[in-house]
Amino acid sequence: MKTLVLVEHDNQSMKDATLSVVTAASKLGEVHLLVAGSSCDAVAQEAAKVAGVGKVHVADDPAYEHGLAENVAPLIAGLMDHHDAFLAPATTTGKNIAPRVAAMLDVMQISDILSVEGEKTFTRPIYAGNAIATVESSDDKLVITVRGTAFDKAEAEGGSAEIEAIGGPGDAGVSSFVSADLAEGGDRPELTSANIIVSGGRALKDGETFEKIITPLADKLGAGIGASRAAVDAGYVPNDYQVGQTGKIVAPEVYIAIGISGAIQHLAGMKDSKTIIAINKDEDAPIFQVADIGLVADLYKAVPELTEKL
Amino acid sequence: MKILVPVKRVIDYNVKPRVKADGSGVDLANVKMSMNPFDEIAVEEAIRLKEAGKAEEIVAISVGPAKAQETLRTALAMGADRAILVETDDEVEPLAVAKILKAIAEEEQPGLVMLGKQAIDDDSNQTGQMLAALMQRPQGTFANTVEIDGDSVIVKREIDGGLETVKLTMPAIVTTDLRLNEPRYASLPNIMKAKKKSLDVKTPADYGVDTAKRLTTTNVAEPPVRQAGEKVEDVDALVMKMKALGIA
Ligand SMILES: Cc1cc2nc3c(=O)[nH]c(=O)nc-3n(C[C@H](O)[C@H](O)[C@H](O)COP(=O)(O)OP(=O)(O)OC[C@H]3O[C@@H](n4cnc5c(N)ncnc54)[C@H](O)[C@@H]3O)c2cc1C
Ligand SMILES: Nc1ncnc2c1ncn2[C@@H]1O[C@H](COP(=O)(O)O)[C@@H](O)[C@H]1O
Repeated sequence: MKTLVLVEHDNQSMKDATLSVVTAASKLGEVHLLVAGSSCDAVAQEAAKVAGVGKVHVADDPAYEHGLAENVAPLIAGLMDHHDAFLAPATTTGKNIAPRVAAMLDVMQISDILSVEGEKTFTRPIYAGNAIATVESSDDKLVITVRGTAFDKAEAEGGSAEIEAIGGPGDAGVSSFVSADLAEGGDRPELTSANIIVSGGRALKDGETFEKIITPLADKLGAGIGASRAAVDAGYVPNDYQVGQTGKIVAPEVYIAIGISGAIQHLAGMKDSKTIIAINKDEDAPIFQVADIGLVADLYKAVPELTEKL
Repeated sequence: MKILVPVKRVIDYNVKPRVKADGSGVDLANVKMSMNPFDEIAVEEAIRLKEAGKAEEIVAISVGPAKAQETLRTALAMGADRAILVETDDEVEPLAVAKILKAIAEEEQPGLVMLGKQAIDDDSNQTGQMLAALMQRPQGTFANTVEIDGDSVIVKREIDGGLETVKLTMPAIVTTDLRLNEPRYASLPNIMKAKKKSLDVKTPADYGVDTAKRLTTTNVAEPPVRQAGEKVEDVDALVMKMKALGIA
């Protein structure tokens, strides 16, 4: 089987999420990558080094600069004449583009796969991960999004794939990029690749308090910062901090949930973490049912003390 | 301008789903069902656009069993003007739902179709994008704000790194994220009024759509259960544990 993997990037460097998708694709067959962007040669060079990749298709065109689905999906659909499966990361980029490709190919997408069980058989979470379905596709071509935490990352170095420049249909003329308001990375690890995550919930009261309590602990541990939906909705932190069924799926070595009750929608995003630590003043909070280490305490006392003593 | 709002009847988000022992699926017998929460947000946004004078009519659509009429009545009670039930007892996949919606859009000629970003039962996150592809129209997925600007709609989208704003020529497809708005509750008088609003019942065949499944679910299993660990007495004990884990 020949697979085509969407490389997620910002025209300068490749995003890590791509590497897990390469691993999933390699379980199906030969792996080709697609870099669709503008002045994205550096990304193509990086992509060609990924171990196990056979070829990198590069479509370099201003129409692909911001990854608009209206422009990128027809490009991918065209390439699917020569590929049997299209795979994208289950990030907001992949989720935006892949279903559009699937519909163009008249294929039912398989979302958020956790494992490859056979040529056309996969497992995927449903009902916020409260059930795992095994599904088999009857379509000729496969369109798949891949849950990053479920697959190891392919080696970023070691490959030497051929790079092929391709043209595409260009601008569909129905949409345009206006602006982006992106979180500044700084030194803090990205949520989906952090080894340790400190997450705060509604109990943190407001943005200032969240910052005062959560940030020093995260700094001390070199951790990424996450949040529950309640904390995001209340405006303590930006939307991209949300961990859960409808936010980001994370599986760090250590996840520290502070003032988070543990609603099923939140658990869906973090319960595959290796070690879960919970600090909550309510000893019956559901978060303790999944926590490896629980501390029943007032976070306003416990967290500063913890930060101090670590 | 007309707005179509597809709404799905799903397990209520407060219910913890139970996997059937025979691996055939999730037990929905006697389980509370509600409108998919993201669809409530879509209905609310459509109503706000109408209240702001940007839209004239809101048509709620559901593909599902006869009971999905309740979901449509909820949308009508919130403020939708009329409803269409495309009735079927089969489970209809996003691709087929998108095909049905496309056929309805051809009849109704909406300026916007506003869907939820994700149905909380199948967690597919596909239908809106598929509909946009089939209609060859632009898509503003995971909307955080929606603003009509002449013939265009400006959508601020929630993406992994933050927010992104795109401008789409209408007709356009929008899918809602959690921060778009807070849906209203239907008032009692509006619930009464909703009973008199028009609700058409159709079938997938009326739209010439084959709903045969492309994906066969061969098994549904419980995820691995996590055992609760231990509780520690105080911060000092927690520090010890964390040191033992090598993280301090
Ligand atoms: C469609 C839909 C999608 C959703 N998606 C997500 C999602 O992706 N991610 C997500 O997180 N949620 C999601 N939710 C929301 C979810 O259902 C919960 O409402 C949310 O997770 C609750 O956040 P919380 O735990 O911070 O708040 P709460 O449930 O209010 O919990 C606050 C906790 O803080 C504790 N606390 C209070 N004060 C203190 C103190 N001084 N010291 C210590 N502990 C204290 C309390 O005991 C309580 O346990 C979704 C909901 C819906 C309907
Ligand atoms: N059977 C259905 N009837 C009406 N709308 C639906 C149906 N299935 C999906 N949708 C719409 O598509 C959105 C995304 O669903 P999904 O792609 O299944 O995650 C939902 O939030 C609804 O707005």
